[in-house]
Amino acid sequence: MATLSVPTSGTATPRVLRSRAAGKLLLLALVAAVLAPWAATRWPGAAWPHALTVSLDKPLTTASDWVIDNRDSHPLFLYFLGHVSNAVVLAVRAVYLTLLAAGWAGVTAFGALLAWRVAGPRLAAGTAVAFLACGALGMWIPTMQTLALMVVAVLASVLVGMLLGLAAGLSDRLDRALRPVLDTMQVLPAFAYLLPVVLVFGIGVPAAVLATVVYAAPPMARLTALGLRGADPEVLEAVESLGATRRQRLLTARIPLARKELLLGLNQTIMMALSMAVIAAVIGAGGLGDRVYQALASVDVGAALAAGIPLVLLAVVLDRVTAAAGNGTPAADRPGTIGWPYALAVTVAAALATRLLGALDWPAGWVLGIAEPVDRAVDWMVAHLYSGVPVVGGTADWAGHFTTWILDPLRDGLQWLPWWSVLLVVAALAWLIGTWRTALTAVLAMAAIGVLGVWEPSLDTLSQVLAAVAVTLVLGFATGIAAARSDRVERALRPVLDVFQTMPQFVYLIPVVALFGVGRAPAVAAAVVYALPAVVRITAQGLRQVDPAALESARSLGATGRQQLWQVQLPLARRSLLLAVNQGVVLVLAVVIIGGLVGGGALGYDVAFGLAQGDLATGLVAGAAIVCLGLMLDRVTQPTGRRARKGA
Amino acid sequence: MRFRTTFTVAAGASALALLTGCGAADMTKQASPFANARGAKTVTLSVQSWVGAQSNVAVAQYILDHKLGYRVDTVQVDEVPAWDALSQGRVDALLEDWGHPDQQKRYVEDKKTIAPGGDLGVTGHIGWFVPTYLVKQHPDITDWKNLNKYASLFRTAESGGKGQLMDGSPSYVTHDKALVKNLKLDYQVVFAGSEAAQITQIKQFAKEKKPFLTYWYAPQWLFEKVPMTEVKLPPYKEGCDTDAAKVACAYPRTPLRKYLNAGFAHSGGRAAAFLKKFRWTTEDQNEVSLMIAEQKLSPQEAAKKWVDSHPDVWKRWLS
Repeated sequence: MATLSVPTSGTATPRVLRSRAAGKLLLLALVAAVLAPWAATRWPGAAWPHALTVSLDKPLTTASDWVIDNRDSHPLFLYFLGHVSNAVVLAVRAVYLTLLAAGWAGVTAFGALLAWRVAGPRLAAGTAVAFLACGALGMWIPTMQTLALMVVAVLASVLVGMLLGLAAGLSDRLDRALRPVLDTMQVLPAFAYLLPVVLVFGIGVPAAVLATVVYAAPPMARLTALGLRGADPEVLEAVESLGATRRQRLLTARIPLARKELLLGLNQTIMMALSMAVIAAVIGAGGLGDRVYQALASVDVGAALAAGIPLVLLAVVLDRVTAAAGNGTPAADRPGTIGWPYALAVTVAAALATRLLGALDWPAGWVLGIAEPVDRAVDWMVAHLYSGVPVVGGTADWAGHFTTWILDPLRDGLQWLPWWSVLLVVAALAWLIGTWRTALTAVLAMAAIGVLGVWEPSLDTLSQVLAAVAVTLVLGFATGIAAARSDRVERALRPVLDVFQTMPQFVYLIPVVALFGVGRAPAVAAAVVYALPAVVRITAQGLRQVDPAALESARSLGATGRQQLWQVQLPLARRSLLLAVNQGVVLVLAVVIIGGLVGGGALGYDVAFGLAQGDLATGLVAGAAIVCLGLMLDRVTQPTGRRARKGA
Repeated sequence: MRFRTTFTVAAGASALALLTGCGAADMTKQASPFANARGAKTVTLSVQSWVGAQSNVAVAQYILDHKLGYRVDTVQVDEVPAWDALSQGRVDALLEDWGHPDQQKRYVEDKKTIAPGGDLGVTGHIGWFVPTYLVKQHPDITDWKNLNKYASLFRTAESGGKGQLMDGSPSYVTHDKALVKNLKLDYQVVFAGSEAAQITQIKQFAKEKKPFLTYWYAPQWLFEKVPMTEVKLPPYKEGCDTDAAKVACAYPRTPLRKYLNAGFAHSGGRAAAFLKKFRWTTEDQNEVSLMIAEQKLSPQEAAKKWVDSHPDVWKRWLS
């Protein structure tokens, strides 16, 4: 096995040396030629050597016992964490009671008027319809619980994010220190955050809110820093020449100039928080997420959908409204909007009216049962597609073939590779696409997985990710190209992509089990469905942004449509395509992990096991391995320029 | 507007700090923020992911709500975390526990934050099951000694060259990996990862009359839909499952128990008294479970149906 590196160094003729990529490879090959034989003789075998692992079982179990035993007596809990937890509970409760006091009419009116004020009448109507739909699906109370939790979590995320962003925006050193941390936090699967929070706060709303804040604050911080740094220097110069102090400069020029980025940050924070709503249900968030989770436990896709639709509606409405607030002109310049006093007055009037009529809760007669028809449709699909379809075979057969011919060889292949060669491949890929820094991070992350002693399950997860990414990219690029070349296709795709992108990941799990059985295949299928919209969208956008002049000149040279695509559009959109790959990998990993709940096994199962059994040693180690895997995959697929000053 | 938001947040935060005071804050004595809204008396019940547990909760919830005038919140938590939540008072009751000696020692005996709530009246049993239609073809398959002979029947893409033994949710008590190893069986344990996934898969197998071997437990409504027969493992003896790595015997029969938060058990009034008395039979539980899982009634409707038709049972709980 040690000879693996020799052929590579053999190709290093002086001619090839001129290229930078070959230079990097040659250097790696040299390092490998020295280190690999040594490593291979010292620790033979393909798996990560046992001598190099550190077992964290003991300390983690001790830590967990200590927390449980001291949670009601130690000063750290009584005087600090206890207050944090109390504050969260009080805040959520205050918002929840306010929402209940406003009643369904009050909340709907306020939401609609707020949307009207910041985004115009069309979105106002959309908002009202969305709220009424939540009620009509019989989900009013859970929606309010989720909304209360979201309001608190988003406000806290924005506060934390803005503080961090201000620090990073004003100090170069802090910026350098924070940026990699924030970048990394954004690519980690949300599932990995749950355990540490549960350890300290226990199951319940405080843990759910804090996990959401950790997940949702980074985009706010990133974009705040970006906005502060991107301010036009001439304007700043002018303000400075007027004799403004540092503080005045910040408050009167830099922050107002960063308005767009701040609102974009708010938008992203809200979306991340909402996507966490269902995952946080695993640790007791309650509300809509809990309904989805409970419905899935009894294999009731219809009921899961009834709780999932309000989430999607909330997400779409909040996304559009905050996006419009970011792009739009200030309300004062727009005709036909209403002032705050009127909006509040109407809200109070609506709330009082329903209160007087005694219909504060959503009227029981107005509930529409969608669960049953949906379940019937799902049953039909399962009954007719699962197996025995003529010619093409049923979905179960596909899943079986996919597992036997793709997933198994891939997993066995990865596990057969000697551990040092896996590190080498990671280094080579990351270095070719990125810089030596990204390569180093990737290798260290991969090595950390080995040290934690979860090498084999991590490679199992990795094989699922690779298979899912391959499928996603083939489908995504094909659809993306179609969407970029035809306006009609794009218009038809847009709402579909919107819905699929905001749908909670959990909702996909049960239909895929019904179609593909239990195992790794359904996990991969769910991951593909979840990651596809982002890949399609980025691909289509990238292709559409290709300089029309370049296309025009290609056309005038007589290039056919196919030639234009392959020789002009795709090469020019290379950056977007790489970004699509990167996004695809990150999203796929997030769902493959959740796939542990449908038989995906490996790291996802370990985290679920840790949460379910309160076994922190297993769960935290698996969570850390997921973090490392996410870090490695992100760095390996990260093009050099993404981290340039302006990239967001 | 942005400044106003920041200001509001800051004001809110400082107000909260004032409200909570600067003294000690014990977060283990903290209710859910959604509890007791608008002056209602609230009980929070924990629901576990399996449908039997949902039935317990549905009926208890219906009676608390309609007969005793409480407002009931339910939270879905797995058993072990539910013990933790119970001790902290985040939930008031756990209605179906399958035996967790460690937790019981820690919370009931040492910390005294959880009080036992008596038996549920149902006895639980875990085992390995094959579908009854398969037993008709191969009558000797119900002895574990013959399982290796039939391993090829149970092969799937996931289990590779071995037979597949399907396990369920990570929250369930299982020694199956150790059992397969210690009994030298040519099988691979495949974890379905959740009960929902496992049930879906069993139904698919049953529809095509395919052979399967699965970890399963009784009482469970699925037996009514897919008749299954237990595979005999070496008999259970007291203490044969103490060392998890060396287990080579069947699972015990466990009387399922209820547990209440100690504070709630003491001062929970009629709700606590009712939950302590709540006790029914396997048949009763299955009746409700079937309505929920198969007829797709909402737990509330199923509970109403059962309560309407069994007044003699639940009236005893309220006396």
